[in-house]
Formats: sequence, structure tokens, C-alpha cells
Amino acid sequence: MATLTPVTPQPLSFVAPVVATFGALAGVFVGAANGSVLIGILIGAAALALIAAILRTALVSQMSLGKWLCIAGFAVVGFLLAGASGLIVGTLMGWFFGWFTYWLGEGSYRAPLAPYLTSGQVLWHYTFRVICGAIFVFLITPIIVVMPLSFNAQDFFTFTEEMLRLDPAGYSLKHYNDFLTNPEWTGAVWNSVKIAPVATAIAVVLGTVAAIGLSQSHVPGRQAIMAILISPMIVPLIISATGMYFFYSDIGLVGTYWGIVLAHAVLGIPFVIITVTATLVGFDHSLTRAAANMGADPVTTFFRVQMPLILPGVISGGLFAFITSFDEVVVVLFLGSADQQTLPWQMFTGLREQISPTILAAATILVAISIVLLTVVELLRRRSERLRGMSPG
Amino acid sequence: MSDATSSGPMLAADGTPLKTSLARSLRMRKLRALMLIAPLLLFVLITFIAPILQMLLRSVENQIVSDTLPETVVALEQWDATTGDIPGEFAFEAIYLDLAIAVEQKLHTRLGSRLNYEETGMASLFRKSGRRIGRFDTDVYTDQFTDLNAAWEDPETWYEIFGDERNVAELPLVGRSWQRWAALFEAEGETVGKRDLEDFLFAALHYETRQDRYITSENPLLLQAMRAQSETPFETSRLIPQFEDADEDWLDHAVWQTIKTYSPRYTSGYFLNAIDMEKSPEGAVAKPENLQIYIKLFWRTLFMSLVITGSCILLGYPVAWILANLPSRSANLLLILVLLPFWTSLLVRTSAWKVMLQDQGVINNVLVWIGLVAENDRLALINNQTGTIIAMTHILLPFMILPLYSVMKTISPSYLRAAKSLGATNWTAFWRVYFPQSVPGIGAGSILVFILAIGYYITPEIVGGTSGIFISNRIAYHISSSLNWGLAAALGAILLVLVLGLYWCYDKIVGIDNVKLGG
Repeated sequence: MATLTPVTPQPLSFVAPVVATFGALAGVFVGAANGSVLIGILIGAAALALIAAILRTALVSQMSLGKWLCIAGFAVVGFLLAGASGLIVGTLMGWFFGWFTYWLGEGSYRAPLAPYLTSGQVLWHYTFRVICGAIFVFLITPIIVVMPLSFNAQDFFTFTEEMLRLDPAGYSLKHYNDFLTNPEWTGAVWNSVKIAPVATAIAVVLGTVAAIGLSQSHVPGRQAIMAILISPMIVPLIISATGMYFFYSDIGLVGTYWGIVLAHAVLGIPFVIITVTATLVGFDHSLTRAAANMGADPVTTFFRVQMPLILPGVISGGLFAFITSFDEVVVVLFLGSADQQTLPWQMFTGLREQISPTILAAATILVAISIVLLTVVELLRRRSERLRGMSPG
Repeated sequence: MSDATSSGPMLAADGTPLKTSLARSLRMRKLRALMLIAPLLLFVLITFIAPILQMLLRSVENQIVSDTLPETVVALEQWDATTGDIPGEFAFEAIYLDLAIAVEQKLHTRLGSRLNYEETGMASLFRKSGRRIGRFDTDVYTDQFTDLNAAWEDPETWYEIFGDERNVAELPLVGRSWQRWAALFEAEGETVGKRDLEDFLFAALHYETRQDRYITSENPLLLQAMRAQSETPFETSRLIPQFEDADEDWLDHAVWQTIKTYSPRYTSGYFLNAIDMEKSPEGAVAKPENLQIYIKLFWRTLFMSLVITGSCILLGYPVAWILANLPSRSANLLLILVLLPFWTSLLVRTSAWKVMLQDQGVINNVLVWIGLVAENDRLALINNQTGTIIAMTHILLPFMILPLYSVMKTISPSYLRAAKSLGATNWTAFWRVYFPQSVPGIGAGSILVFILAIGYYITPEIVGGTSGIFISNRIAYHISSSLNWGLAAALGAILLVLVLGLYWCYDKIVGIDNVKLGG
């Protein structure tokens, strides 16, 4: 389809105003950094109109030269205006405007679209893309913003002047140092590390066995059992925590290690059940029969035939259970004593009472961990689909 | 699996009829499946369902009043609260005995704080009276009885008389008081021994022997005491003035009203409180306007959850659309941008929003920098409803995008093309053809987001300030600060019913088996 769409160069009278509009937009920020927004807008619009005119007339056939010139020009201006950070911003802007001018001017924006679209529809297509991009920015910005702030040399939660100038003096590892040496934080990490794996192990073992039971064809009361097993995920945490607090204090489990482990295990169970039963949907039960036919006892069949096939589901269920426990704070707040302060507890009290940027260091490390977990789960999911022949990839 | 399936039409290989054999095999399979499920089911029932049920029970439990003030509860049964008069001396006698024991058990302050939830001032009333009750001049009875017969001073005498159930049946008030008092020490493994008998025991003895009546007991001490009092009545100690001296609230009708109202072992009081009502002699009535907070809080929780769900639909729909319509390679890349927040710790995201939204935060700084907002006029984005809505929309957005995406992936793009080739405009094609097919995804995502939003605690606590908090924050407050556990349980029960109702809808619409995690 793409090849059918005619790509025709656009006139300067169309390209220059559009590029100038974007230039004005960029001018808002450059102007703000240098004193006057209004002047920034005017200069931005004028400069970009001029650049678009040069690129589309003098350099129309030497595209790569034009782009490089554009990048170099913007980088130099950026460096003159704001030093090192200006250089980076300038380079990025130069790259964008170089690419944008030629993309618009050559008319290549039409290429991926159906040839019969009106210009209004083309505009809407790209506007929609920009809106979606903005939503993605909304999704990801808070997580990105935390990272540089965790290297802040000041005890502030905001970007300092030095940081914006990319001055090395503005950055330091002192919050990481605090995180790794302060006994409050190391103790909290240690508690989390002690609690989460045990809770996960309980949830995975019981959950997997039960999911296998649930996936058999004749289970009386399957719906009701499923509803009960999933309920820890549905019932609001505050209610679970309240109920457990009363009940566990009656049986003396409040403030103990095992109280929290049991509570976390039960909160992780729905995730194991859901992922493992989902994996078992694609499991061919004739395989177990074949194994039995060849003389394997049920235990051997389970470990040698069934388990390797459902392992991806079990592991990703386990990861969900792990992250549930590792990330859980409400139940710990209610059931735990000072000896069971976990990492989320420490972060929560830190956020509520004494605010220290060490939280951001902890947050950055947690983001890194979740990126690793996310990768593992994605790989497992693809492997599981490949094993079951559900997707070619 | 079993040899039964491979046999002839009538008989299985082992000679039993095929039907029986099959039925047995089926039963075995059911049993085996249940055996596999049983450990987990038991685990969940004990560690999760039982605590929830106990919490529900706690929302109606009210044993503390009748356990701590048993005599008063009985005495107040004959008091008509509607007349507006406080009860007579008889009720003061009963509460004197109850309080004297409660002070020994150190339970009076706990009862005071329980009743304080219903009527302010009760806590200090019980605390003050508890301090004063030992100094009441009821020792006149002690003196008179011991003057009458020195044997009364000896605990052994009491053991002997009130160890006999027949005597307890005839003199129930003093019998019960003695037993409750003696039980206090026996619980600690000692007997009353040489301990001084308390004045209230003699007061109780006086209350039951002051009237000459026939008793079957032949105990000489009792008979002597009754005879002596019918000849020359004992000097008495009037309790009402002494109670008034301790705290004049005892002459307040509302105090007695409250005790009488909350004397049953189970009460709907906590639930009435949870919906801004209170008990009165005329039944349940609404609280005064300025004390109504919970209904408003419930509405606010519902309203804000709805707004959050709405903004999730608004933001999630375009993203899900673009994910479903891009080539799978770029879609998978973009999906990571959705899954990363989903996998990131809730506290990380909440702290990130705190960093973004504060007065000196990233958003305000940028707005001030480019001149959209004046320096001294920074936007209040945190510690209010705006903060909660922004942060929770971000946190719950993946739960909307993922179900929407999985539904949209199944909608064939040829429907849209067909609609357009038949002359529909872009909008008509979307609204009349595409949108109706994506409604199941919207339904699934909305209910999921709404269920999660309505019970949220952490995020509103940190970014919500006072105006942006949810009902769950109030529950946590009652558990950890005000210690009004019954009210917390009642609020929790109402929230639970709401959520379970939504869960039921979700099960009907989507099916709980179809919950997808991580795409």
C-alpha cells in the first residue's frame, strides 16, 4: 500500500510556516531560559522559517549535508547560550528540525498512509500520534524523573541549577551511599529479602498444585472455589489488613515474621492461580496419559512432563507473587512491628514524615529491578507461547 | 487412564458393569482434583477468609458493656428512658458494684473509651469515677456487718457461704459480686486468702439482706444479719450524691441513656455510625449536620473513583488503539512503556508523583519557568483531590490499557475499511462500527480500575492531604489512631459489600478466569 501513495515535494509556502510554528514552540523554552518568552517565540519562528527556506532551496538535493549543517548550527547556538546542557539540547533540536524540514518538504509523511486520505485526515492521523505520544510521556515521565534526581548533590527533591548546567558538582552518589550504609535502609532491604522469597515459595507451591487440580475436567464447585482463591486480589488491601490485624492478634501472630509471611503468601496466591491456570489451558493432557502409559508414576509425570511445560507460567506467577510481597506496605504497616520494617514501609514512612532523597535512590534501584523482572516475564511469556505453538516468534 | 474405558459395552475388564466402573473413575478423578485444591483452599480460608469474617463480626459485637456492667444492664431493664428522668438509687447501686469490680480488673477505662465513641465525655466520666469509687463511704456497711459478727471479716466465711450454689441462687447480687471478685485472684492462681474484703461486697450484702424476707438458707450468719436489719435498719450510704460528687454527669440523662442503648451484646450502632446516624430512644436518627462525615466520604470515594476511571478510559483508549493498530514489532516496544509502570513499585510511582507535583516540584517549576504561572501563584497540585486523581490515574492506567488492548487486538481492521468503503465518515465508522466492539474491553478495564481505586490507601494518604483521602484512610485512622475498631470494621464491611458487588458484576461481564496479567 505504501508504495502506491504518491510522494510529491511540498511547496515552501507550506513547509516554512509549519516549521516556523514548531520553531516558535521551541522558542518558548529557549526564550524562557534566556529571559523573555516573547522574544524567544519571535526569534524561533523567524529563524526556523529562514532555515526551512535555506534547506528547501539551496540544499534541496543534498539532504544529509543539510541535516548535518542544521545539527551543527543548533549545537553551536545551544553551547553559546547555555553551555554543556545547551549543546545537548541544541544537537537534539538540530536533528529534529533537520529531519522535520525534509520530511515535510519531500512529502514523505504521506508515504505510510492510504493515498485517498484528505489533508485533514492526514493532519488528524499525526495529531493522534502526538496525543498518544503525550500519554506515553505521562506514563513514563514520573519514573524517568526520579532517576536523575536520585543523584542530586543537595537534599532537595527538585533539579538544582548545577544539575541543569550538567555541572558535575551538582551530582553525587551520597544518597546511594546513605541507602547502602544507613542501617535503617539496609535493615529494611534485608527484611524484604527475608520475607518475599518465603511468601513466594508458599504461594507458588500451594498455588501450582491447586491450579493443576482446578484445571481438571470435573471439579465440583469450581466457580465458587475460584472466587475464594481469587478474592485476596479483589478485596481492598485495607480490609484484608484490618481483618488480618484483628485475627492475627488473637492468635499471637501480629508483630511476628511468620504473620507477615503468611499474609503475603495469601496475597500472592491469586496471581499464581491466574497465570498457572492460563498456562494449563494450552496444556495437552494426553501427554500425561502418554507418560503414564510408558510406566511413569504420577510424581515422575508431574516433574518430568507437566512441570517443564508449565514452568514459564509458574515462574511468572511466582514473580507476580514476589513483587506483590516485595511491594506490599498496607499489611506490613498493620501486622508488622519495628523489627519487620520492610523497604516499602521505610519508603512510606519516609514519604509521610521525614522526607529524604534517599527514597529516590531506593526508587531508582527498584525501577532497575522491575525492568529486570519485566524482561524476564516477557521472555518467559514468549517462550511459553512458542512452546505451545501459539505464536511463530 | 483406567482399564474401564477400553472394555466392552456391558462389563469393564475387572467384571464390574461399565456404568459403575465409569462412575467410580469419575468420582476418583473428582476426589483427586479436590485433594490437590484442598491445601490451598484451607490455607486461604484460614489466613484470609476467616479474618475477614471475624472483622464482619466485630462490626456488630458489643460484649464489653454487658460483660463489664452486668448488674447495671439488668437493673436498667426496669428503667424507662423515655420519661426523661434519670434512674433511681437502684441503678446507682448496680453500677457501683460493677464499677468497683471493673476498677479492680482495670476495665473501666476501656469501657469508658468504648462508650465515648457514642457520647463524648464518657471516657473522663468513667476514669474520674474509677478513681473516686474506692473512697465512697460504703465502709459503713463493712463496719456494721463486722460489728454484728466478726466472722464476716474472714474471707473463709464468704467462701463457705457463697461456695454454696443455693445461697448464690437466693442472694444472687452479692453471690455474683463475690464470685467475680474471687475469680479475679483465682485467675492469677491465688485465692483471696488474707486479703481485705472490699467495701462493695458488704454493700451488696446489705442490698440483699436489708429487706426481711424468707430464705431457705439456714446459715446462721445470714439469718442473723437479716434479723438484725429488720429490727434496726442499718445506717446507709446514699450513692447518688456521692456519684454526683465524683462527676455530675451521672445526673445527666444522656449518660444512662447511652449505657442502656448499648447494653445488648450485639449492636447495629457501629453501622449506624458508619452512615452518620445514631441510636436514640425513638430508634435510629440522623446525626446533626456538622457531625456527618462518613456518607460524604463514601460519596467522595465513589466520585473520585469514577473520575479516575473516566480519565483512565480517556487516556487508555487512544493508547490501546495505537498499540492494537501498529505493526507488532513497534507495538511490542510501546507495550513496554505501559508495562514498565505496571511493574514498578507502587511506592516508587507515588514518590515520583510527590516529586512532580509539590509546590517546588518539577511541574510547577517548569510552568513558572516558561511563564505560564506566576512565581507566587504556584498551582496547588498536591495534598488535595487533584493530586490524588493525577497520581492514581497514572498508577491505574495500565489496568485499563491492558484489557482494552487485548479486546482491540481481536477487532479486525477490515470492519472499519468496509464501513468507510460504504460511505461512512471516519467518525461514523469509528462510533458505529469500531467503538461498540471495544465496549467489552472498556467494561472490563473500568470495573477493574474502579474496584482497585475504591479501596486505595497508600497513594491518597501520601498525595491526598485532607480533602483527597478515601474511606480506606478513615478506616486506617480508626484502627491505628482512634482505636475505634468496631467503627473501622463497620466501614470496612460497607466497603467490602460495595467491592464484592462490583466483583460479581466483573465475573458476570468478563469472567474471573479471563483476568489477564501483563498483556
